[in-house]
Amino acid sequence: MSIKNMTKEKNWSGQTMVSADHLLFEAPREKHFMTGSEVLKEAMKRCTVDASVSYPITPQSEAAHLIGELWAEGYVGTYFRGENEFGVMSSVAGCAMAGARTVTTTSGPGTLRAMENFPMWSGTRIPCQLVLMARGINSPLTIQPDNLEVSFLLETGCMIWYAENVQELFDMSIAAFIVAEMPDVHVPIITAVDGFFVSHTRESVMLPADDIALFPYNPYKAPLPPIDSEMPPGRFLRDPFVMKSNYISYATHASWQWEVRSAADRSRPYAKHFLKGLVHVTGDLDAEIVFVACGTASHQAKEANRELTKMGIKSKVVKLRTIRPFPHAELLEETKSAKYIFVPEFNIVGWLDKEVTQTLYGKSEAKIIGRPRVAGGMSMPVEAILKEVLENVKKGA
Amino acid sequence: MANLGPADYSPYPVATYDGILTPPEGKALLLTDIVDEEVAMREIARVMLTSENATIFPGPQVLYAWNEEAKEKATLIKEMAEVLNAKMIPMYDYRPKYPKIDAAIEINPNHPNLTIWYNNIKACIFIGVHCHYANVALKIVRAETDCYTVGMCSLSGHEDAMATIRDQHASDVARFIKIAREVKQELGK
Repeated sequence: MSIKNMTKEKNWSGQTMVSADHLLFEAPREKHFMTGSEVLKEAMKRCTVDASVSYPITPQSEAAHLIGELWAEGYVGTYFRGENEFGVMSSVAGCAMAGARTVTTTSGPGTLRAMENFPMWSGTRIPCQLVLMARGINSPLTIQPDNLEVSFLLETGCMIWYAENVQELFDMSIAAFIVAEMPDVHVPIITAVDGFFVSHTRESVMLPADDIALFPYNPYKAPLPPIDSEMPPGRFLRDPFVMKSNYISYATHASWQWEVRSAADRSRPYAKHFLKGLVHVTGDLDAEIVFVACGTASHQAKEANRELTKMGIKSKVVKLRTIRPFPHAELLEETKSAKYIFVPEFNIVGWLDKEVTQTLYGKSEAKIIGRPRVAGGMSMPVEAILKEVLENVKKGA
Repeated sequence: MANLGPADYSPYPVATYDGILTPPEGKALLLTDIVDEEVAMREIARVMLTSENATIFPGPQVLYAWNEEAKEKATLIKEMAEVLNAKMIPMYDYRPKYPKIDAAIEINPNHPNLTIWYNNIKACIFIGVHCHYANVALKIVRAETDCYTVGMCSLSGHEDAMATIRDQHASDVARFIKIAREVKQELGK
């Protein structure tokens, strides 16, 4: 496909440009059977993406390669390889600062190698997207889902959404650009999925036609003008305010950080609209046993919910779709009736358990049980979840 | 607008930490309340007309002739200043200028309190300032001064201002001027 000049109706690849509401909620869809990586390619195909940078290594998902194919097919404006993950994330910043809708994907140790860039992304208010196909960072390495790297990203100032399956990955990664690019939000977004289970396995997914795509990003609605080396944030990248020991400099630095956090908070109403809620609840609404989970752990919790129902035990699953901003109000509301809250997780540290405990501290009488916790490299059997539930309920009875 | 006082360990009030967000389309934010745009415009006009040294801070988006809208707005802002009996102190750009800033003639988002202190400004309107810099400045002004702040924004508004109206294009600025004239007449100013 050849690159064409963009018109008011058509983008450079000849796709008809439509609103996010039309693409996500109104356009007819057809069933396909795809891996998460393939689905991400389909999502990016419909996003009028200006730029993508990657550093695919082994073991990896195919997502970065497939976005490269989109460039070859004429759907993505430019695509190039970084020298390493740090270089990739720096290049992503450069593309986004230049006004390009920019996406990259990474996972595992590569995420940590690029770590310094993520708070820089949010500090410079760029609305780029990182699709994180989480697979853990520990030695020995694993390609089975372990989402430990998410815990390192929690306080970078970036928004973090978590998809359970390929369908959510498709819808979220499209909505992510729209929400991140809102002028009052305008901070980077990390769309996370559990690698392998979502990236490598094939599932049914409903997709709209590929002859429609989002309108392009409009950098003229950015909350900052193009930066130069004197004007902050350009200035602070080489000459941080905090290095000047006076109160005025401190004021700017402090207010700036609050503003970045405020920006992510302003995404709540937009996320509520495009994700149909910051949390998704299934099961018995008044149940005393509540699972709080994200990603594929919530899928396994739903399986446990079905098994418990067969045993005549009521339970419900609160799946968190957004991690940053964290859905405090929604979690409080959905755990009102809880006596036991289980937080099943695919990592060794229990970062979601800590988030849940912190949110509910002093506000809930429920016993919070941060288990089962699978330390990567294996799946989370439903039996492990049931064992936790039955043992704890028996103890409490 | 946040309650006056520290948010966590920061000296800065941060509206989003009180659950206050930018107003939805077609609405305005007055302190903590979402109100009709006209209600906010009337209150903004009243405060500007009754406060000591009321000042408009035009930013780069209206100070330079980027496009026709910028030129049109700049002309209207001069008219607005006349109607509100307000001074104008420009924010030419966003480069930090401490300690060399001439606070009598310029405001800067990195230390906006210097200009407000120096000129004893009790009410102000930020207009044509890019949202990020307006928000950084508004938090500092809220914490360091007793100045009533207004964010007149062409995009989504500013919850850290005490009053904010959003999607303000040239026709909306003209509407505000008309309302301000009415309020001025009511107040006999």
